[in-house]
Amino acid sequence: MKNSFLTLSFWVGFFAATIRVATPLILATLGETFSERSGILNLGIEGTMLFGAFAGFITVYLTKSLWLGVLFATLSGLMFGLLMAFLVVTLGLNQHVSGLGITIFASGLAYYLYRAIIGAPTVPPTIKSFSNIAIPLLSKIPVLGPVLFNQTIITYIALIAVPIAGYLIFKTNFGLSLRSVGENPEAADAVGVNVYKIRYLSMIIAGSLMGLSGAFFTLAEFNMFLYDIVGGRGWVSIALVIFANWVPARVLWGALLFGGIDAIGLRMQGTPINVPFQVYLMLPYILTIIVLVIGARNASYPSALLKPYRRE
Amino acid sequence: MSLISIKLEKRTAPPVWFQVLTPVIAIVISLGISAIFLLILGKNPFTAFYYMFYGAIGTKFAFLEMLVKATPLILTGIAVAIAFTAKYWNIGAEGQLYAGALAATWFGLMNLPLSPVIYISLEILVGFLAGAIWSVVPGYLKAELKVDDVVTTLLMNYIMIYIVSALLNGPWRNPVTMYPSSIAISKNAFFPKLVPQSRLHIGFLVAIIAVLLMYFIVRKTKLGFEIRATGANPRAANFLGINTTKSIIIVSIISGGIAGLAGVSELCGVQYHLIQTISPGYGYSGIVIAMLGRLNPIGVFLSAIYFAIVITGANVMSYSLNIPPYISDVIQGITLIVMLAMLLLFEYRIKVGRSK
Repeated sequence: MKNSFLTLSFWVGFFAATIRVATPLILATLGETFSERSGILNLGIEGTMLFGAFAGFITVYLTKSLWLGVLFATLSGLMFGLLMAFLVVTLGLNQHVSGLGITIFASGLAYYLYRAIIGAPTVPPTIKSFSNIAIPLLSKIPVLGPVLFNQTIITYIALIAVPIAGYLIFKTNFGLSLRSVGENPEAADAVGVNVYKIRYLSMIIAGSLMGLSGAFFTLAEFNMFLYDIVGGRGWVSIALVIFANWVPARVLWGALLFGGIDAIGLRMQGTPINVPFQVYLMLPYILTIIVLVIGARNASYPSALLKPYRRE
Repeated sequence: MSLISIKLEKRTAPPVWFQVLTPVIAIVISLGISAIFLLILGKNPFTAFYYMFYGAIGTKFAFLEMLVKATPLILTGIAVAIAFTAKYWNIGAEGQLYAGALAATWFGLMNLPLSPVIYISLEILVGFLAGAIWSVVPGYLKAELKVDDVVTTLLMNYIMIYIVSALLNGPWRNPVTMYPSSIAISKNAFFPKLVPQSRLHIGFLVAIIAVLLMYFIVRKTKLGFEIRATGANPRAANFLGINTTKSIIIVSIISGGIAGLAGVSELCGVQYHLIQTISPGYGYSGIVIAMLGRLNPIGVFLSAIYFAIVITGANVMSYSLNIPPYISDVIQGITLIVMLAMLLLFEYRIKVGRSK
């Protein structure tokens, strides 16, 4: 046991776990990046993810189709994205409070519907979750293969989503509009960008990614729906956006760093070092605060963040 | 793509009756929306809401139990309201409540040879300090280093709940039952009852004092003026010579301390021993309560009473009508959103049309 740190299989397991734990963070943080790039802080993230976890689970539980589960989780996220957009874009309400309202509402609704459909059995029902897919050839590469190319489909989607998000934000007309709306909506409007439409679109993308992120918990990481299954990962994502300076490629590194700390905790629990396991569980949150403190100085927030836009 | 556009026209200050009526209308609208979620389960919303209100205030016993529930809600509501007045986004009342309960447990387990009056006073002091210390960390980070307060206060909740979990599963675990809960604190630290044969304890008085204190501080003192100015317009406040950094730090101390009192009150007044579930989200409910009460101390008091009715009533709906008790969270979320939308009517007249 003591020598386990030195074995290759320990490290392969550790890095594979890091990427697995990072998956929902990558998706949710990319979502929040779209949202904030358009000028909207979406604190509905935690509840949207929790509802996505519920929607994915209950769909698979009722239909036995994992892909329908992914679809409905994503759609539920899209709906909450639209609701958030209506509140803060159309009505121009306070973004902090609207987002928290959505989180309280979405979480409450998820638990409410779960209890109504499933009841309160002593053992929660399970589904058959996504299994790992070993990509032919690539998964045979030593070390890298089992770490990167033997994951669930949602992890692959998350990894592919990073460059796509980067491309969308920095290389397309939509991305240009998105960034201009988040920096200076008046100027964007003046050159013919429909501020409301761009913000609605970004909230749709953001919500969908958050819903999909939630589905990872119930359809890949676990095979059941549990109370507080998201466990603050949405809030961590808000911090990771700042850490990543609103750049998708850096989202990946932030999520992997957090995932790594989480994975260390999971691994250390089995070692004889006499520390309560809760200490490992709180490590990622402490790290996130430290990262925020370091990053706060250089963070270049989108200038229009938190500011509603009202066309005169 | 044609979106519905809603045009807003600035209006002058709305009349007082309008301001008082707004939360009432918000409650009615949000109950109406919540009724949809009762209907999809095939429940009659009128029956359900009748059970909710009757179950919470229909008998003297139920009414007193409702006040027991209202006690921590008033405190967390006041804690959040003070913070939001300065636009310090303290979402950490939940963790600060646990910090207060943790410190009160630590102090109560010492079984010091003190008279009840002194022991209880010190418990209140210790709990206030613990909540304040847990809150001043993000407060300082926000004020001095511009670190986002929403995220840090939220993350601190998770850290505190793990600390409590580590203690309850480690040194404080009940050695007889082996359950993850502490043994009872000193009897001399128990809050006395306000009404015999009920669970209503002096924590309710502490909550009322907090309401009056907030009213006094925010409305009648220089500090209160500085807090309001910091919230309304930090740049102008700076221009007036107000140290907004200091204001934020002081607000975080007061806010966290009051949230800590909610923990002391639950520990010494209701549970007497620390359990992991000492708060089923009172800290988060505090946000809804503060907003529905429009950050006004009396408003916060009334809206805490309303949500105590919703929460106790939801339990009655649960066992009488088999409606999941989480309906209270659904109602809270909807009320928060509806109230926020209603506040728009304070500033603007609304015209609905179609955009291009």
